[in-house]
Amino acid sequence: MSGTTPSSDVSTTSTSAPPEPLPALRPVLARKRGLRQRMWQARWLYLFILPGFVYFVVFRYVPLLGNAIAWQDYSPYLGFSGSPWVAWDNFARLLTDPEVANAVTNTLFLSLLQIVFAFPAPLLLALLLNSIAGDRIKRVVQSIVYLPHFIGWVIVVSIWQALFGGTGVVSDLLAQITGSPVNLMTNPDTFAILITSQVIWKEVGWGTIIFLAAMTLVPTERYEAAAVDGAGALRRIWHITLPGISTVIVLLLILRLGSVLTVGFEQIILQQDAVGAEVAQVLDTFVYYRGVLGGDWGLATAAGLVKGVIGTALVLGANWAAKRFGGQGAF
Amino acid sequence: MSRPRTSSPARPMWMGRPSFLVTVLKAVVLSVTVVVMLYPFLYVIAGSFASSNARSEGSLSLIPTSFSLDAYASVLSGGIVTRALMVSIGVTVIGTLFSVTLTILMAYGLMSTKDVPGGRVILYLVLFTMLFGAGIIPNYLLVRQLGLLDTYASLILPGAISAFNLVVVRNFFMNIPREILDCARIDGASEWRILSMIVVPLSKGVIAVIALFYGVAYWNDFFNAMIYLNDTAKWPVQLVLNQYVLQGSPLTPLQNPAAPPPPADAVQMVVVVLATVPILIVYPFIQRYFTKGVLTGAIKG
Repeated sequence: MSGTTPSSDVSTTSTSAPPEPLPALRPVLARKRGLRQRMWQARWLYLFILPGFVYFVVFRYVPLLGNAIAWQDYSPYLGFSGSPWVAWDNFARLLTDPEVANAVTNTLFLSLLQIVFAFPAPLLLALLLNSIAGDRIKRVVQSIVYLPHFIGWVIVVSIWQALFGGTGVVSDLLAQITGSPVNLMTNPDTFAILITSQVIWKEVGWGTIIFLAAMTLVPTERYEAAAVDGAGALRRIWHITLPGISTVIVLLLILRLGSVLTVGFEQIILQQDAVGAEVAQVLDTFVYYRGVLGGDWGLATAAGLVKGVIGTALVLGANWAAKRFGGQGAF
Repeated sequence: MSRPRTSSPARPMWMGRPSFLVTVLKAVVLSVTVVVMLYPFLYVIAGSFASSNARSEGSLSLIPTSFSLDAYASVLSGGIVTRALMVSIGVTVIGTLFSVTLTILMAYGLMSTKDVPGGRVILYLVLFTMLFGAGIIPNYLLVRQLGLLDTYASLILPGAISAFNLVVVRNFFMNIPREILDCARIDGASEWRILSMIVVPLSKGVIAVIALFYGVAYWNDFFNAMIYLNDTAKWPVQLVLNQYVLQGSPLTPLQNPAAPPPPADAVQMVVVVLATVPILIVYPFIQRYFTKGVLTGAIKG
């Protein structure tokens, strides 16, 4: 909407309308009629928007209200209106539940590993690809490394099972070397490494896309100047490429930090039973087991809600910090 | 991404010629990366063709010592996997059509929020869902409340529109020269006609990309099916894969007790291959579009 001053096309249409209102009322009426007229003009656009709008309201906003059961001792038989309200009980129980503490620890630990190892991996690969002059080779490599991104977690885990499971080929090799049977898919001690490796394998190629695109925007003159000054390839990466794409790196890091409480639900739940909850239970799987399977709806909803609120606060906070320190931020 | 039209390896003067050692090192790192990415796929495909005990213990070889289609015959005659594949194909095709249609319509409607009073508010409502979403439980309870448990609709409706894809399409639409659309409007074309005759044909690339994203998401979806479907007869292939490959339930009843059953490993790999093949088939066709698609979304997203 154009605010208090009607835009030019609206005022011309209103003045051309036959019944002339009192001069003092004219701007108000023009605005009113203008709005209604503009809405009528946009009637087809509203019709186009409608199905999507209904979708967002029903499937994205109604569930937000559903979070109210975090303050209830919810029972499916009593329903939303029949279940008793318990104020902050569920949130208080979260603080003392040992499983929650365990899930938070595991989530943060796995996230930390991913930020340290899985986040820089695509950057390194992108730097390598960027340094290759042959366009053909680059394109072939790219289309191969993007592929695992499109493979679902069930398939990825199944493939890893075939390689690293009890009868897998890598396990066989390791067993021959060490002399004792190895099963990396069921070993709680190596679970965190397994999860991180899977994430890197699946997403490293896909992650290069944005870095590579950012690198093409770094002005060539800078490289030329640096080369003239005698900077070698590594120094050019350090002094030109990385500073040139620092905005993108910061932006992606912000988004990653915002999801620090989210580690792939599907990936974990597929493998949690094999290694046990002690090392594998994360916040999302806790919510699923305790809520959908365990029936402790109120507590599970509270856990999910706290996670969502903290996650949003983290994104906004990291974005604010990035702007404060001279970056651009994401929004 | 900008691709130089020349196919010759254009090395600018300033780059200098890297030393032999560096070139070799780069080649090795790249080759290892490519092998690590491809080998698992090839290994599983090779394994699916192995006959009994063909896979020697601890062999990294990709060529089975004896080739056989027994595992495929056994899986496909079992009925469970075939039905699951049909479910997955159906959900993917219908879901993708549904999602792409809704996304295009909404993106076009919100293309110029100036012309649509309230449009900006709706756009912000959509963008907000990228920042904050309801948790697993409220979504589950909603689906149950709507009576969608154990229906195929529960695999499609809850994720029907992705805000990210919507932004990608909207950004693309906004780059179409305004004059073209205004000309059509002056000529009296309806919005529907402009969308279907001008905007959509000009946006084939981006539509292909979001169709790929939606299609892959529907095909790979495990989460919705796991929490919303109890009825095993309705299971898509990803759930079957989980049940029989990861949880280790036996898949096929013996068809012919006289013949030795194909090795369990091979049977599992067949299911993995069947679940992967559709993606491998569409991937090369759409691959060239998606870098552009991802970046249009990333710039303004």
